[in-house]
Amino acid sequence: MVIAVAMDSREGDPLPWIEAAKPTYPTLIDREHRLAELYGIVNVPQAVWIDEAGRIVRPPEPAGAYEGFRQMNRVTREMPEEVARRTTQAKALYLDAIRDWARNGERSAYAFTAEQARAHLPAVTEDIATAQALFRLAQLLIRRGERDEAERWIREASRLHPDSWCIWRQGAGVTELGLAAQPDFWERVDRLGAKRYYAPVDIPGMP
Amino acid sequence: MVTLLTESGEYALAGTEVSTTALWCPAHEAEAATGWMAKPEGLCKGAVCVPLPAGHERELVDGGRINLAALWRQLGQPAVRSERGHVWVLSESGRERTAALASLEAPDFALPDPSGRMHRLSDYRGRKVFLVTWASW
Repeated sequence: MVIAVAMDSREGDPLPWIEAAKPTYPTLIDREHRLAELYGIVNVPQAVWIDEAGRIVRPPEPAGAYEGFRQMNRVTREMPEEVARRTTQAKALYLDAIRDWARNGERSAYAFTAEQARAHLPAVTEDIATAQALFRLAQLLIRRGERDEAERWIREASRLHPDSWCIWRQGAGVTELGLAAQPDFWERVDRLGAKRYYAPVDIPGMP
Repeated sequence: MVTLLTESGEYALAGTEVSTTALWCPAHEAEAATGWMAKPEGLCKGAVCVPLPAGHERELVDGGRINLAALWRQLGQPAVRSERGHVWVLSESGRERTAALASLEAPDFALPDPSGRMHRLSDYRGRKVFLVTWASW
């Protein structure tokens, strides 16, 4: 089964998307980014595969996302054909892998052994643990109307956990479409240089 | 009134005294929010006990109160607070988070759906779960 979790601190924000999707599975709202704290999630869409016994089969990884958007023409929003092809390919390969696991369980080539799963776990440093605690603190302050102080804590959380796009984008301003994709977002993406926006996914053929 | 966020939820603590470094909390409230309590062998949560540091006992336990901030520092866990000290978050260390993940037991959580109904991951034990995050932003 699918459990979809919106990492949205403003709880009204994901509602139009959920209404439009008419999901047949639970869609939950994670205002405090608890999943980031518990699972080491740093970006969306990241997914975790969990078996019938509640064991992690694949740790957090980008769910079929390819960072082709970095090569998009930022004026026309056009994507080079080759990049568009890789984006489609990443999604298709990932969906096939999920279906294979749904059918075959631990016999699936995409189900990690315990040893493989451990090798793919994120490392949670003390700075990251503190950053996630500050993020929760900030969300509670926002609910109480103490936005100025909250924003300072979110900036501090982002400083302590610079790899978290969840913290940074949640704290960033949004466009008229509700996307945290203003010029400062693109500057931050460009500063990545050769570093990936979505971590590589360990599935053969994944771009 | 101090609001405390812990792993188990949100608590409104009455009778709590705060400073920039201390969170003195009546023992019964400390236990309800964190599971920690004072025993003859020190401060304990379940089977785990931490002895009080010699000569500094009164910095952690005093009368019927526990200084949760000092306990968290002693445990090496994040204890963060608002500037006025009216909101605190006591959470778990990176070391513990990392160890919990290394067990490969998927950490349980409780989150609401749009109607406000709470769902726990453990409610769906017995089924494969594809847990996927997304966001409006």
